[in-house]
Amino acid sequence: MLEMRGITKRFPGVLASDNVDFDVFPGEVHTLLGENGAGKSTLMKILYGLYEADEGEVRLHGEPLSIKNPTDAITHGIGMIHQHFMLVPPLTVAENVALGLKSSRGVLTDLDAVSERIVELGETYGLHVDPSAPIWQMAVGEQQRVEIIKALYREAKLLILDEPTAVLTPQEVDQLFVTLRQLKDDGCGLIFISHKLHEVLALSTRITVLRHGKVTGSVPVEGATRESLAQMMVGRAVKLAPDKTEAKPGNVALKIRGLRVARDRGGDGVRDLDLDVHAGEILGVAGVSGNGQMLLAEAIAGLRAPSAGSIEIAGTEVVGMTPKQVRTTGLAYVPEKRMKDGAIGDFTVSENILLIDHNDEHYLNHGLFDFGAIKKHSRQLVDEYTVKTPTLDTPARNLSGGNIQKMIIARELSGTPEVLVAAQPTRGVDIGAAEYIHTRLIKQRDEDTAILMISEDLDEVFGVSDRVAVMYEGQVMGIVDPRTATREEVGLMMAGVEQDETA
Amino acid sequence: MSDFFTEAVLIATVAGGIRLAVPLLFASLGEMFGQRSGVLNLGVDGVMLLGAFGGYYAVLKTDNVWLGLLVGVAIGVVFGLITAVMSVTLKAEQGISGIGIYLFGLGFSDLLFQKWVGTPLPIKAFPKINIPVLSDIPIIGEMLFRHSAVVYIAFAAVPLSMFIINRTNFGMKIRAVGENPEAADSLGVSVTKVRYATLIIGGLLAGVAGAALAIDLKIFQQNLTNAAGFIAIALVYFGAWRPLGVMGGALLYGFVNSIVLQLKTLGIIPRSWSDIAAMAPAIVTILALVIVAQRFKPPAALTKPFERGR
Repeated sequence: MLEMRGITKRFPGVLASDNVDFDVFPGEVHTLLGENGAGKSTLMKILYGLYEADEGEVRLHGEPLSIKNPTDAITHGIGMIHQHFMLVPPLTVAENVALGLKSSRGVLTDLDAVSERIVELGETYGLHVDPSAPIWQMAVGEQQRVEIIKALYREAKLLILDEPTAVLTPQEVDQLFVTLRQLKDDGCGLIFISHKLHEVLALSTRITVLRHGKVTGSVPVEGATRESLAQMMVGRAVKLAPDKTEAKPGNVALKIRGLRVARDRGGDGVRDLDLDVHAGEILGVAGVSGNGQMLLAEAIAGLRAPSAGSIEIAGTEVVGMTPKQVRTTGLAYVPEKRMKDGAIGDFTVSENILLIDHNDEHYLNHGLFDFGAIKKHSRQLVDEYTVKTPTLDTPARNLSGGNIQKMIIARELSGTPEVLVAAQPTRGVDIGAAEYIHTRLIKQRDEDTAILMISEDLDEVFGVSDRVAVMYEGQVMGIVDPRTATREEVGLMMAGVEQDETA
Repeated sequence: MSDFFTEAVLIATVAGGIRLAVPLLFASLGEMFGQRSGVLNLGVDGVMLLGAFGGYYAVLKTDNVWLGLLVGVAIGVVFGLITAVMSVTLKAEQGISGIGIYLFGLGFSDLLFQKWVGTPLPIKAFPKINIPVLSDIPIIGEMLFRHSAVVYIAFAAVPLSMFIINRTNFGMKIRAVGENPEAADSLGVSVTKVRYATLIIGGLLAGVAGAALAIDLKIFQQNLTNAAGFIAIALVYFGAWRPLGVMGGALLYGFVNSIVLQLKTLGIIPRSWSDIAAMAPAIVTILALVIVAQRFKPPAALTKPFERGR
């Protein structure tokens, strides 16, 4: 039904899409696979009229087509489920669905008629939502159902799903896949964008892989494996699960008792949380985004004052300390938002590495910076952690996400910390860098650092951690052994089912 | 003080408060439309001044108050369009560009007044309309139903605004564009068109507010509005971006103002205090704003220009 031929799109300094061919037949799920920046989103934004291609042709049902804006796309039966939901939070489900459509009552809204149709669609495709509920009151999984209903309501026959599973629990993913398979069987064409290999293998009929804006391969799902797909994405063989030996946990290095942390908008985001992390182990914290993981990390780092409870790092109570004081007790922190909290984009690599040591007398000479010593220190870290940067004086923002993260990790681990808190250490990072970061975390563990790794990526949680704690609404639902636990078990806990109930 | 609590004075105070609320009500409702769609327009007072002079001048020349109001409408629409070009098309910083419009309106209205009129001459006011039956109710009738036509128009604009925002397709688009323009755009709603429309409505109502003020006072002078346009912006926050709330704010401001005026006239407030007393309405409104506004969130996209695909 869809043919895209020779699509090329240039941005200043980047070729985001380089002569890409892509097609979709009715009744199939064609996956676009690739790392961040490989050009998946660019291609789909061109198809949906958010970008204009510099070269190339789009044909729908054999007819050449020019899509200038989303309205054109919608008119031609193309629907897009965006990674960041395109919903208006204060509006109701029905209003969100009706938005932009002609009303059957002229200038007045016809929300009752819209609501009826929403309920019908919900029954046909298992997408149950209350049409009169405002979006902000709904869980993420429900919000996604609204997004799909929006497209179906507009009679979309070609659906683009941009990383639809990123914010869902494994059970919600299963439920979504049931709906998507039904749509496929009804003759819709589905474009599925993802970098989660097991999901791609479970849902797709065909897989096209992009790297640096180019198609590196297009294969049927039969015969594809995670390893073969990863190789096409990266361009070389990759190890998906890091090698690691048995952990030798020592004493408790990070001890959290009765911790409560308030959210910005009121209410406790972390509620009476107890947690121990031992020296020489990696405790993975799994959970759907927004269940208090970030508040926990910030509270440990001294960036957010808890309303109750205690946090001990290597035996020292750190609640009430400034972030700088917390660091002196032996904490290293790799924040979730690396460009906001982890690095300063306009500072050079060398300056970013110095950020936590700028008062250290090793780098000072009579109170002034000793640039020789600073350079030597950063050169050593950049080499050791294979940070790819043209020079030490390159602004950090010019580095790729993976190299910025390696730079941050180099800086944080340089002081051989007692405790490392790493939030989403490989999110948005290319597979090669992720592989390296995982190896490095395990090496640090073997050097007796206690590591608390917060991650929403279950592959990472299972592959790297020695124990897995699951957070839901600010509490630990349970702690499992990743060698024996199943994804389903962890998924249920992520959805709020206590550990005992899952057994 | 006992002079104040006589029937005649109380009636005059309430009726006066309602009258004083009218220009603010027009201007605030207009500003509310813009803000609900995500545009903060700080130029209201400037447009009010231009509308006030235009309205005054038209009535001075033609003796037709309705033509005066119409001139206010026309000036408002033109400046609403200019505001839209600056904030929507050119994506100017909204905190700054509106101040430009304000300063232009402040200076230009006075310039034209000096050039074309010079010595202030009084003009005709709006005719009073006593609503049949209702105006005969003792006390209440005198307070509420013996006003000029613009007063009724202003208060009729409140339910009309509620209806537009909550019940029409256009209103739904306004709300969507103000909260999440990317989502509205992805569904084919033109963010640009919606914002142009709300800013033109806002300009129109600011122009009307100015003309209504000048014709009600039967006079024009430099800075006639005395920053009422800025109070109108504050009232939008006070009213939590809802027509009824905005009306409540305008009435509060009008009543406090009216009470202070009465107390001064009756000599209860000594002359030497009158400047301080003149600040009372603004202080009361701002205090109320601080208390009330914290409970409500402004439209999420307020002051943020929209650009497709980031």
